[in-house]
Amino acid sequence: MQPFTKHTGLVAPLDRANVDTDQIIPKQFLKRIERTGFGEFLFYDWRSDPDFVLNEPRYKGASILVAGKNFGCGSSREHAPWALGEFGFRAIVAPSFADIFANNCFKNGMLPIALTTEQVEEIMSRAQQHKGYELTVDLERQTIEDSRGLSILFVVSEFQRYCLLEGLDDIGLTLRHEDLIREYEASHR
Amino acid sequence: MPTLFDKLWQSHVVREARGEPTLLYIDLHLIHEVTSPQAFDGLRQAGRKVRRPDLTFGTVDHNVPTTDRSLPIADAIAANQIETLRRNCNEFGVQLYDINSPEQGIVHVIGPELGLTRPGMTIVCGDSHTSTHGAFGALAFGIGTSEVEHVLATQCLPQNKPLTMKVETHGALPEGVTAKDLALGIIGTIGTDGATGCVIEYAGEAVRSLSMEGRMTLCNMSIEAGARAGMIAPDETTFAYLKGRRFSPDSDEAIGYWRTLRSDDDAQFDRVVEIDAAQLEPFVTWGTSPGMVVPVTSCVPDPADEAAERALKYMALEPRTNIQAITIDRAFIGSCTNARIEDLRAAARVVKGYRINSSVSAMVVPGSQEVKRAAEREGLDRIFHEAGFEWREAGCSMCLGMNEDILQPGERCASTSNRNFEGRQGRGGRTHLVSPMMAAAAAIKGHFTDVRTWQFK
Repeated sequence: MQPFTKHTGLVAPLDRANVDTDQIIPKQFLKRIERTGFGEFLFYDWRSDPDFVLNEPRYKGASILVAGKNFGCGSSREHAPWALGEFGFRAIVAPSFADIFANNCFKNGMLPIALTTEQVEEIMSRAQQHKGYELTVDLERQTIEDSRGLSILFVVSEFQRYCLLEGLDDIGLTLRHEDLIREYEASHR
Repeated sequence: MPTLFDKLWQSHVVREARGEPTLLYIDLHLIHEVTSPQAFDGLRQAGRKVRRPDLTFGTVDHNVPTTDRSLPIADAIAANQIETLRRNCNEFGVQLYDINSPEQGIVHVIGPELGLTRPGMTIVCGDSHTSTHGAFGALAFGIGTSEVEHVLATQCLPQNKPLTMKVETHGALPEGVTAKDLALGIIGTIGTDGATGCVIEYAGEAVRSLSMEGRMTLCNMSIEAGARAGMIAPDETTFAYLKGRRFSPDSDEAIGYWRTLRSDDDAQFDRVVEIDAAQLEPFVTWGTSPGMVVPVTSCVPDPADEAAERALKYMALEPRTNIQAITIDRAFIGSCTNARIEDLRAAARVVKGYRINSSVSAMVVPGSQEVKRAAEREGLDRIFHEAGFEWREAGCSMCLGMNEDILQPGERCASTSNRNFEGRQGRGGRTHLVSPMMAAAAAIKGHFTDVRTWQFK
């Protein structure tokens, strides 16, 4: 898995709450058997509207998405972070995330960052006001900063932070404890 | 003072370490064609096997046509995905209930049917409605494809322990108010992120009175409140349902253990929500999330915020419109939420002697081939046919429209499924979530109607 340590990138503000995974990647694109090929279909229905924020030239190449609460709700499809990642996003900032989606992000080297509503609103507003607005996400120091004096400390679980920094393979980690798995199986026949 | 959830969690710990997620053992892993291909590829690439093929069961449900299955699948990509599952199950030694198998159906319908789903188990599947199985007093939750690979390889899953929420129901559900309405009522109350980070235990008189199928409907919708899982302590209703099912042990020993699976009387929950079940009504969603819901006797609300305005625009609804004035184009009775035999019986009871409105096209998609056969033995298919419904083969169908069963842009559908997101049932499609009886009644009338005043024939 690609590690995440520090990333500076253009911010795209998606000022909507409860963005569900059907919007992120609609069902007709779930028929692929590969892990790739989803990026071009990100927000497929919303992007068909020329006025949709991600269609604006100023957000082309954005790698940090800022959105409203409960981002990624609905279906468990991991195709959602696959699509976001392939499209170019490396981190998502929102007041809250749906559980399964957030978990899926970590499995794909993508960082979901939960901040307060006020903090998200501030970032959203700065991204909308200032063309070319960028943020630097530092997972080591757990900070989000911009060039205009914003500096926020964010919370992330110690273990997930460690795995993301090291780009660790989850399955490999679990198999380190194979003896315990066998022990469990033996005592639960 | 442990809760049911604590007991389920604790009994499946393989490894606990400070500062790390707990490693839990998984008793049952259900798979389907959409979220498994990349997982099996990962196994192959890493040179790994499926650790417990005996605990892994697959079916095809999301992509399958609900029409003549003797014909090749027209959608080449879908056909390839289904063929891929077949190849993978064959290669890795996993039991697959394939498209022409008598056991085929929606994964969350066939698990319980076969007695694969039992109290005390940890159950996962690459599908968010895995919460359904919690109805049996199991810890059941949805996972992503990477986690599917993880479980295939290790039969374990690292998990951070969620918080607990108790939904305590008071009183009995009135006549005409179903488990689906209870679910919608709860989501309407706490919101679509009301239970994020929690597992819900449903309790109280209204929950105890539900049949197993009603409990499955309720637990199924837990994810729509943002919950990690939903569960109901097993009881005699549970044991009676399981008796005689193919994979279910009928032993006194098993039942004896199952009887211990309940929250202690003094168990503490992180959150408690009280629901007055006796005050609930048949519900209809008006917007583009399950939380945008009102009783059928009410109206489309004034938009409280931008999201509601957007929803009203998408759904082409004016505020203050009577719900019962909203006309529909389609009716869909199906999905893992409401396509079991009792759901079909309830809908058939409503439509018996009637014909669907001339401007409506309606279909019934049984949740499994077993449900279909049972319904046909009872003559329900004839009742639906005579009323003008199409009678289909089992699959997820129009719940999410991955196959040909989709809404056209602008079509309004009374649906017994679980999500009314924009485009869920088809791009531009307008979904209203309701119970099976309500969908049936709407199909007959051509608009939503209060099923509590229905004239049964």
